[in-house]
Amino acid sequence: MKPGKKVLEKTQELLCENLTKVYSGSSGRRALDSVNLRIPSRGIFSLIGMNGAGKTTLVRILATQLESTSGRASINGIDVAKEAKVLRERIACVPQEARTVPWMTPKQTVLSYLMWRGIAYGDAKAKATEALARVGLGEQENTLTRRISGGMKRKVLVATVLASDADIIFLDEPTTGLDPISRKELWKFLVGLARDRFLILTTHYLEEAEQLATTIGVMHMGRMVGLGSLDELRSSVKHQYSVMVAAGSELPKVSGGSATRGDSGETQILTDEEEAYSVSRQLLEKGAKFSISKTSLDDIFFYLVNRSDQEAKVS
Amino acid sequence: MLVNSIYEMKNYPVVLLNTVLSPLSFLLLIYFVSGGKLIGDAIEGGFIMSMFNSGMSLQGDLAHLKNDFKLQDMVVSSPTAPAAYVTGMALAEIIYSVPALAVLTVLAAVYLHPGTIQALELLGVFLLMFLTSIAIGYTLSTFSSDIVQSFAFSRLISTLFSTLPPVYYPITLIPLPYRYVAYLSPTTYAAEISQHLLSPKSPSFLPLSTPEVALAWGVLFGTTAVLALIAVKKARWREV
Repeated sequence: MKPGKKVLEKTQELLCENLTKVYSGSSGRRALDSVNLRIPSRGIFSLIGMNGAGKTTLVRILATQLESTSGRASINGIDVAKEAKVLRERIACVPQEARTVPWMTPKQTVLSYLMWRGIAYGDAKAKATEALARVGLGEQENTLTRRISGGMKRKVLVATVLASDADIIFLDEPTTGLDPISRKELWKFLVGLARDRFLILTTHYLEEAEQLATTIGVMHMGRMVGLGSLDELRSSVKHQYSVMVAAGSELPKVSGGSATRGDSGETQILTDEEEAYSVSRQLLEKGAKFSISKTSLDDIFFYLVNRSDQEAKVS
Repeated sequence: MLVNSIYEMKNYPVVLLNTVLSPLSFLLLIYFVSGGKLIGDAIEGGFIMSMFNSGMSLQGDLAHLKNDFKLQDMVVSSPTAPAAYVTGMALAEIIYSVPALAVLTVLAAVYLHPGTIQALELLGVFLLMFLTSIAIGYTLSTFSSDIVQSFAFSRLISTLFSTLPPVYYPITLIPLPYRYVAYLSPTTYAAEISQHLLSPKSPSFLPLSTPEVALAWGVLFGTTAVLALIAVKKARWREV
């Protein structure tokens, strides 16, 4: 959004209504299946899910890169299909698998991106230098990107959208391939970025969503199987303790909680504190491999995905 | 987009050498084979090939940036309109061709001595060639999902439209039944107009009547307009 420009927001929310995407061609794959959501457009909205869950498809539709097959979506009341031109003034995106151009330096990369967005050379130059300094690449700004590390390359891409005047930012798996230290550095930076902008990011790392997200969307097989803050998702699971039992182990009887067997054979027992410890004792006596913890996002994810699979099998 | 090519040439100067050598290698070949008699046709051919190949390079470059760098997705999710993106990229391709065009301009001044009107007409022909290839290149790039396939198409179209047709040599060197096939390529008309303007002393010059010149211009304008329309209507900015 340009400084000083007044925008009358109709709503301050991200809305999807029956959003569906079926890819054309022989596969006819249903990548999104009637996705419905309504969340406030602030902070960080993190989409989690396995490969092929539909995260990237959803992001690409919201970022006006891909047409949906049916349904509608809007951000702050701006329809992503019908008012794409208006929305594009407000958004910036770093796609999954985006790469820096090897024959350009970080400064040239950010500068040229800003100039495509219509920012004048002088302003763009100052913004590029500032953004690169903010992501810790001030010293490398004039080094060819082919000579910097993978983590630095990701930071260059994040710097491009940071330097832009966009207030809605899409980051598709921004930390994939980064070492743990670079990932945590980028997290800090993203939290800062989200103070005055709305970030929509996808990730495979549940810990990342747990640490960063204001709202989490759990996607599975093209459907939104869970949505809310971490606390809301936690409360959607009745029991607050999780015992994860390795495949092939003999399971004890569970009376108060629920046991769910995943595709790879491991079993998740969600139950209350008392039964969790009793089950653990029994497993210990049988020499079974297991872990016990308070319900984490991993457990919630496992529970929601398996519940969704079981519902699909029943229907 | 324009600055990307400048940065590439600045950071990898070998790119300049490549863009100069491509059109000049054919020119030298024709010059030696004809004993210097077809130098005029070869210079005009060099211009046409440079302009046409600039557009075809656009196809490969756009597909490369779209598929391998996801740059088009970044641009789509920004205020940049497709027309601005293509114009910027097209100008960037011209920047790559500037060294070759400069050498050809010097050769034209030495061997062809065009007058102002002729120079302007030639400029028009070359511009139409460029626009035609830009329209083809952009449209194909938006459908491309693989860089190897894209470069293969780019090379194929360049060969079919700028190497095989009578661009570097007069059409009279093609035996008559096959000559009609050459007229399927818009570059043939571009070369005919250029040769009509500058190479009447060429040993195989085929004189054109005024209606034939008008027809050649008509074909060039028509082809450019149709291909531009296809690019506007069919190219995929937002994917389906």
